[in-house]
Amino acid sequence: MIELRNICKTYKNKKGEFTALRDVSLTVSDGEIFGIIGLSGAGKSTLVRCINYLEKPTSGQVIIDGSEVRKLGKKELLKLRQNIGMIFQGFNLLEQRTVLKNICFPLEIAGVPKPEAKQKARELLELVGLTDKETSYPSQLSGGQKQRVAIARALASDPKYLLCDEATSALDPDTTRSILELIREINRRLGVTVVVITHDMKVIDKICDRVAVMDNSVVTEIGAVTEVFSRPQSETAKKLILPELKISESITGSERIRIVYNGESSFTPVVANTILSSGVPLNILYAKTKDIDGKAYGELVLQLPDDSRAGEKVKSYLDTNGVNYSVLEGGADDVGDTAEAVG
Amino acid sequence: MSEILQKLWDNNILILGIWETVYMTFISAFFSYLLGLPLGVILCVTAKDGIRPIPWLNRILDLLVNIFRSIPFIILMVAMLPTAKFIVGTSLGNKAMIVTLVIAATPYVARMVESSIKEVDKGVIEAAQSMGAGSFRIITKVLIPEAKPSLTVGAVISLVTILGYSAMAGTIGGGGLGMIAVTYGYQRFNNDVIWICVALTIIVVQLIQEIGMRIARKTDKRTA
Repeated sequence: MIELRNICKTYKNKKGEFTALRDVSLTVSDGEIFGIIGLSGAGKSTLVRCINYLEKPTSGQVIIDGSEVRKLGKKELLKLRQNIGMIFQGFNLLEQRTVLKNICFPLEIAGVPKPEAKQKARELLELVGLTDKETSYPSQLSGGQKQRVAIARALASDPKYLLCDEATSALDPDTTRSILELIREINRRLGVTVVVITHDMKVIDKICDRVAVMDNSVVTEIGAVTEVFSRPQSETAKKLILPELKISESITGSERIRIVYNGESSFTPVVANTILSSGVPLNILYAKTKDIDGKAYGELVLQLPDDSRAGEKVKSYLDTNGVNYSVLEGGADDVGDTAEAVG
Repeated sequence: MSEILQKLWDNNILILGIWETVYMTFISAFFSYLLGLPLGVILCVTAKDGIRPIPWLNRILDLLVNIFRSIPFIILMVAMLPTAKFIVGTSLGNKAMIVTLVIAATPYVARMVESSIKEVDKGVIEAAQSMGAGSFRIITKVLIPEAKPSLTVGAVISLVTILGYSAMAGTIGGGGLGMIAVTYGYQRFNNDVIWICVALTIIVVQLIQEIGMRIARKTDKRTA
């Protein structure tokens, strides 16, 4: 278990002080994938480096498996780091070493005999699916392949934890997906606890169990991903999670119905059923929904025909089926404040 | 061909000159790297943004290197003759010249090494730290191996510089092509000899440059 208690980090230089972390506390449980999301400059990279003490917090405690890192001696700290693998946005492979020797590197540091190290490295190459690249050099690999090598290297010393610092930010969407799948597989199969740093909510959405949202050196909220995503509390969370939604959008016209999805099953075809059963042609004016864990969140604005009897039919269908809706009278209305609607 | 040139050729003095130049250059370069490589590495790792900042040590070494680098070689050479006598027992001949060459070239080599090591990607160093590598391991397993192609290029440049120095050493009792050019050429008003020495020096430099760069390219896995 990784516990961060009241972590503060301040950099001092001639121009003055800069606070990168302000009173950050969080706990990462064993076996989970924990995400830290924030815009660039929020302090998330500094925070993840505090875990393995690449950055020494100005104050606060880092406690890993019950022992406080600050109190560890130099050798103990190096030993601890062997138990915490780390991968980076820039891969950071040794350019002058072959793929196999890159993976052997942490084992050399740990003092593992060469034949044993090579054997282990080959097993890991198989895990990341690059058996045929053993003798290649990093410059001969694609970005995704490099990150796979970096993952294999980070796992070589059988760490309990894996820190991912924007590990997919330099990769294209397809490669990102495959790397995320690999990370999840490692988490499930090897039981490695993973901490993921990202600015991309899709990464959190795809693999994380819990998430912490960071803004301006502080953690603004922590919780299960479905929880935070469906009810983002802070402005940052809203901005990160629903970035593509406009805060307000004006739609004018005749009578309209606004349906709010608040976690109903996304598998029920509400609109289609309404049309089929009431026989009224509905026009979708606005729709923004998001599927989180099989549940729908978001809103939908439907235009009713001018015929008032048709409107009644639609409403009665929605009433009997327990769909949450509100009627917007003629004229202009603001819709699209989904962040609030789903909260 | 002039008479003197014929004589130099017949007595194998030119061949010997080439050999002495090459030998002085390489032996001096060897010892310069023996001292300059660790010095360059220390300069780099003890710097403010290095892996083990030691500001006072860094400042002292930096100052020393700058002082020695700022003295023109011809002056340093003469000033170092007593030191050479102390170390190798004589202030004349190639042995003494090697001592002065090493003293002059070491700070130069240290700077070359420092700049090569500084080029190593900070991220790679951080990765090694995240794996629990200590400073010494990072130096031997990351900094030097990763900087190898750049270090090789630096060595080629250093070799050529030392070769230039060694020619100057010919004026105060060293051997080699520099000595031949001065004693047989300049002092006897024989321009042919000077030009022959110039041409031979160019050939030697070209060979060092060409072979060195080829090694640097071949060993660099970034372009493999």
